[in-house]
Amino acid sequence: MNIMSEAAVEKALDQKMNTVPYKMIGKDVSVYYGEKRALFDVNLNIRENTVTALIGPSGCGKSTFLRTLNRMNDTIENCRVTGKITLDEDDIYDPAIDVVELRARVGMVFQKPNPFPKSIFDNVAYGPRIHGLARTKAEFDEVVETSLHKAGLWNEVKDRLHEPGTGLSGGQQQRLCIARAVAVSPEVILMDEPCSALDPIATAKVEELIHELRTNFTIVIVTHSMQQAARVSQRTAMFHLGNLVEENDTDKMFTNPDDQRTQDYIMGRFG
Amino acid sequence: MSTSLLLLLIVLIGFISYFAGRARSLAQANGKLSNLHSLPGYHGSYVAIWAILPAALVLGAWLVAAPMYIDSSTRATLPEAVQTQGGATVELALGQVKSVAGGLKRLTTEEISALESGSANLRSTLAAKGVALAGEGEPYMITAAQHFNAMNATNRWLMSAVVLLIAIAGGVYAIRNIATRFRARNQVERVMLGSLIVASSIAILTTVGIVASMLSEAGRFFTMVSPFEFFFGTVWDPRFAAAGSGGASGQFGLIPLLAGTLYIAFVAMLFAVPIGLFAAIYMAEYASPRLRSTAKPLLEVLAGIPTIVYGFFALVTVGPFLRDISAQLNGLVTGNYQNFIQAQSVVTAGIVMGIMLIPFVSSLSDDIITQVPRALRDGSLGLGATRSETVKKVILPAALPGIVGALLLTASRAVGETMIVVLAAGVAARMQINPFEPMTTVTVKIVNQLTGDLEFTSPQTLVAFALGITLFVITLGLNIYALYIVRKYREQYE
Repeated sequence: MNIMSEAAVEKALDQKMNTVPYKMIGKDVSVYYGEKRALFDVNLNIRENTVTALIGPSGCGKSTFLRTLNRMNDTIENCRVTGKITLDEDDIYDPAIDVVELRARVGMVFQKPNPFPKSIFDNVAYGPRIHGLARTKAEFDEVVETSLHKAGLWNEVKDRLHEPGTGLSGGQQQRLCIARAVAVSPEVILMDEPCSALDPIATAKVEELIHELRTNFTIVIVTHSMQQAARVSQRTAMFHLGNLVEENDTDKMFTNPDDQRTQDYIMGRFG
Repeated sequence: MSTSLLLLLIVLIGFISYFAGRARSLAQANGKLSNLHSLPGYHGSYVAIWAILPAALVLGAWLVAAPMYIDSSTRATLPEAVQTQGGATVELALGQVKSVAGGLKRLTTEEISALESGSANLRSTLAAKGVALAGEGEPYMITAAQHFNAMNATNRWLMSAVVLLIAIAGGVYAIRNIATRFRARNQVERVMLGSLIVASSIAILTTVGIVASMLSEAGRFFTMVSPFEFFFGTVWDPRFAAAGSGGASGQFGLIPLLAGTLYIAFVAMLFAVPIGLFAAIYMAEYASPRLRSTAKPLLEVLAGIPTIVYGFFALVTVGPFLRDISAQLNGLVTGNYQNFIQAQSVVTAGIVMGIMLIPFVSSLSDDIITQVPRALRDGSLGLGATRSETVKKVILPAALPGIVGALLLTASRAVGETMIVVLAAGVAARMQINPFEPMTTVTVKIVNQLTGDLEFTSPQTLVAFALGITLFVITLGLNIYALYIVRKYREQYE
């Protein structure tokens, strides 16, 4: 990359990314927790079939923004969202939108692996069951198997599908949670620091998985690890103190960012 | 010196010791607190403990031992003639001697000398001073009483002197121990630990004592009535016999009482569990924090109402209401306005007891439901589940073992409940399955058997202990099982 001239790099990237349509559009998004304002008029668009990484120091609002995308903030008392977020042209904060349906289209994987205290099979079948995506035993078997395949977990658990999901290792649990999210066939998957509770080997597996999932899903990932953002994402957005500092191609972001604060953060000067 | 004054003095010495110990440790620190191993307060406490604890222990032991010694010594001064008559007479004489001794303290020296010379009557002299004697006094009693008084006086002085000496000696010993590197903190810590152990063992020993006394009395009952008749008998008819007549045997069948107990508890649970559980789910999952913070204490107020109040609520309100409404219903359907629910019945008791149990169910279940990690809720909601799907499919299954434990604890309360049943279900020990008729429970019968002036020698009263131990075993079993389940549940998330 560094061999190319700056202008050439930008041109190449523009051509590459500009062809990708937007899946979600966030316009002037602000979030308040009671009196406290956590996000300030963020304008951030998420491109389809792309991994977008949200980075920034702790408390910068990146997780808050992520949770506005499937309205998980609704479950927090006193939380208020202003601005407009669309998913394929639909305003997701429109009162006419069913939040349950929205979350089926925009799935989520959390920081700490949180398998339900049920069997591995039932964990994956949970979403299809409540949304009526499968009816017969054979259909359930199929959706569970394909989801576990997509999450790269099938070979490890195929012989113990009816053992509790909580009995798996941390990394396996997280991939089970990804399989659980995938089983609903969402369009977007949100990941809130999915590897922060995992060891390096499990992290590598999850990262590899994210890479593969990109072909079928739009992924937004919050991460504290600069290397992880560089490894898995194509677009990166940098948050600081509730503001969106910069959003750019990941390659450009890590070699030649537009904003000084991004440069400082990436170089480890603050955060 | 009276015992309370003595105690006060010991505490005073303890106080002084505390400050003395503090001052000495401060002096040794040479103005630099970090020279000391323990803070001055610990040194003070260490000295105070040495001053108070041994003295208080000796005082306690003395207060127990001294009267026994004085009694036996006074007993020895009684004349041969009395002593040969055996236990009861000696104790009676000793009791009189003690009354005389108490009376002598109120007499002047002239009156006492008149008594000693025999010119005045002992009983009338003492009666004039307000001391009643059970019989005519004997002359030897005056000598014995004087001996008793003298010994008591010496005993008091000796006790005061010894105890105060020990207190001071303890304090002085402890003060001499104080040095910069002395580990006063660890010593104080050990005393703390000791007192905590003593406190918890008192609680445990009391339980053991209660169980042991119940067991021994129940054992006596089972020598009169065979356990087989008791545990498998289907007729409860204890037949109160006049005291002392004996021989009047009754039938002590546990089954009707146990059936009533379980039936009423079952109806109560049928009523309390759905309402309590739904209330808990609402409080834990749906209610806003503000509503929750007011509604939850309000619900728990129900738990603070004395059960006797529930009892007359049942007697005055619920019972007649059920009776009248059943008469109306019957009239509407058959034209015959005859009530089919008795005012005192299993349903009345069950409903009112159920109301009493609601706060237990809801409060315990609420705690358990809120213990389910937030991550599980988020996980389910994030998959597009609604709140009620989340509750039904994730939270309740996760909390189920804990909720079952809570229900078992509640059931053991229902089984042990008395006052509501006495007033709401009556006292008739019958075996039947119609919930609209009266029935009674084990606890009610225990109260029944033990009310009034009774001797604990007949099976009619001793049966109460057998019933008590049975009930104890049932509730203990329920509690242990509940705790086992709750504990198993805790491990899941840790």
